[in-house]
Amino acid sequence: MVDIDHQAELTKAGAHVTGRWSKLMFFARRYPLGAIGAVIVVIFVLSALFADVIAPRDPLQTLASASLKAPSSGFVMGADMMGRDVLSRIIHGARISLTVGVASILLGGFIGVVVGLMSGYLLGWFDLLMQRLIDIMQALPLLVLALVMAASLGPSLENTIIAISIPLVPNVARVVRSSTLSLREMPFVEAARAAGMSEFRVAARHVLPNTLAPLIVLFTAQLGSAILVEASLSFLGLGVPEPHPSWGRMLSESAAEYVRVAPWLVIFPGLAISLAVFGTNLFGDALRDILDPRQRS
Amino acid sequence: MADAAQATGGAEAPVLDVIDLKKHFPVKKGLFGGGNAKVHAVDGVSFHINQGETLGLVGESGCGKSTVGRTVLRLLNPTEGTIKLSGRDVTHLSKQDMRPVRREMQIIFQDPYSSLNPRMSAGDIVGEMLRVHGMGNGEERRTRVAELFERVGLRKAQMDSFPHEFSGGQRQRIGIARALALNPKVIIGDEPVSALDVSIQAQVINLLMDLQKEFNLSYLFIAHDLAVVEHISHRIAVMYLGRIVEYTDKKTLFTNPKHPYTEALLSAVPIPDPRLKRKKLVLEGDVPSPINPPSGCHFHTRCPYAEERCRVDSPVLREVAPGQMVACHLR
Repeated sequence: MVDIDHQAELTKAGAHVTGRWSKLMFFARRYPLGAIGAVIVVIFVLSALFADVIAPRDPLQTLASASLKAPSSGFVMGADMMGRDVLSRIIHGARISLTVGVASILLGGFIGVVVGLMSGYLLGWFDLLMQRLIDIMQALPLLVLALVMAASLGPSLENTIIAISIPLVPNVARVVRSSTLSLREMPFVEAARAAGMSEFRVAARHVLPNTLAPLIVLFTAQLGSAILVEASLSFLGLGVPEPHPSWGRMLSESAAEYVRVAPWLVIFPGLAISLAVFGTNLFGDALRDILDPRQRS
Repeated sequence: MADAAQATGGAEAPVLDVIDLKKHFPVKKGLFGGGNAKVHAVDGVSFHINQGETLGLVGESGCGKSTVGRTVLRLLNPTEGTIKLSGRDVTHLSKQDMRPVRREMQIIFQDPYSSLNPRMSAGDIVGEMLRVHGMGNGEERRTRVAELFERVGLRKAQMDSFPHEFSGGQRQRIGIARALALNPKVIIGDEPVSALDVSIQAQVINLLMDLQKEFNLSYLFIAHDLAVVEHISHRIAVMYLGRIVEYTDKKTLFTNPKHPYTEALLSAVPIPDPRLKRKKLVLEGDVPSPINPPSGCHFHTRCPYAEERCRVDSPVLREVAPGQMVACHLR
C-alpha cells in the first residue's frame, strides 16, 4: 500500500496559501518562468519611474571627448557619437518605450475589445461594416498604417501612441469577435438571458471575461511590436521627437553608421527591447494561467 | 402523489398554457436563393401545465422539443401561437416587460459543463440571479444563496468554489439552485439529467421531485429517455418532427399507447427481463428533414400502418379515449 502524505499533497495544491505575500510566493514557485518575466517587467518599470535617480549621467548631456567611447568604468555601456552615456539613455528610454508600448496597447486594446464585442453581439449591419473596415486595415502592414497615421498627426508622444494603437485594433477586434460568436451560444449565456439580465451585463460579466485568455497573450505579444514600430517611427522622424531618448531610435540611428566601429550602440538598446518583450511575454503567459480559475487549484 | 396533484391541478387555471406554438427558422440558400426555405422546428404545439405538475416532453433528437422550451421562455421569439403564464399572455412582451416575468419561469440546462460561467464562483452564479432582480443586499443574498445550496444538497463552504471544482452531478445541483433562486412557478428542464451518470440521474430526479412537492413547482421536463420521464412526469407529450403526436397521462401512455410512433418509442425501451417476450416495433430510416417535412402526417414515411390518406391529410390531435389525445387517422 502506498502511503499518502496528506500534508505534502495539500501543500502542493496550495491549501496553505492564505495571505497576499504567500500567494505571490506560491505562484512564483508554480510558474518560475512567469516569475522571471515579472522580475524583468518590474525592473523596467522601476527604472522608468526612477530614471532620474538611477541613471549615472544626464542622458542629454553631450561630451565631445567621450564620442563613441567603448564600454568602460566611466561609461558602462559606452557612449554614442555625441558622447552621451548609453546606459543613462537606455534607463531614460524605458520611460518613452514603455509608455508608448503600454499606452498604445491599452488604447488599441480597449477600442478593439469594444468593437469586437459589439460586432459579435449585434451582428447585422454593424458587424458587416466593422469587419470590412478591419479587412481594409489588415490589408496594410502595421508599420505602413502607423506611418500614415503618424505623418498625418505630426510627431509628438501622444500622436505616436495613437498612431501605434489604431493599427492594433483589427487583431484584437477579430479575436474578441470570434470568441464572442461562440460564447453567445453557450448555455451559461442563455441562462443569463433567461434570468432577465440586460444585454450589457451579459456582455460584460459573462462574455468578456471568457475572452480574456487569448487577449492577454495577444497583448503581451503586441507589446513587442508596438515598441518596434515606435522605433521605426522615431527613426523616420515621425515618432517621439529628439532629444528624448527612445530605444528604437537609439537602435536605428546607430545601426547603419556605427555598427562596425561601435557595436555597443546597437547591442544594448537591442538587448533592452528584446528583454522587455521577452519579460512581458513570460509574464503574460503566467498571468493568463493565474487569472483562469480552472488553472488555480 | 401523482394522481392527487393531477386531480387538484385540473380544476384551476393552468400555470403555463401554450396554444398552437410555431417556431420556424429561415434558412439561407446561397447567394440568390432567397429566404423562402424554413426549418419547421416547432409546427403547432399546444399543451398546458397545472400547478405542481410535471409534463414530460419526449421525442428523438431534432424533433423540436428543446426549441419548444426555449420559445416558451422567450429566449427565441415564437413565429406564431400564444404563451400564457398564470393566465397572462407573454407571447409579445418586450424585453423590459419580460424581466419581471422571468422570475416565474426558469430553465435547467442539459450540459452541466457549459451552463455555468467558468469564471464565476458557484455562489456568485446563484447570487447573480437575486442581484439582477434587485433582491436584498450583499449580506442577505449570501444568506439566501447558502440556504439554496443546502437545499439542493451542496455545502455552504462550496459557495466560493469555481464550477470546474465540482462533479457533473454537483454542477447540475448548482444549476438547480440557480433556477430556484427567484422562487419560480415553472421550471423548464431541458434534458437536465441526460448528461449525467445513471446513479447520479436518480439523485437529481429525486431532488427535483422533492423540490416540486416543497415549492409546488410545475415542470416542463424535456427528455429523450422514456424511463426517466416515466419516473418524474404526471402527463407526457410525445413529439415528432415539430408536432405533438400523443398527449396523455403517464399511465395510459405506458400501458396503452395509441400512436404508432409512441408504440415504437416504447418498444425501444429495454426491459431488464430476458424471458419477457413482447411485440417489437422497430422504425426504419431516419427522421425526415424539418426543412421539407413530409406532406400529411409527418410520420407516414416511417409508419408501418400508413395509408393513402396519411400522405394527404394532416391528422389533428383528438381525444380517442378519455384523457388521451392522439394525432392519427387510424386510431
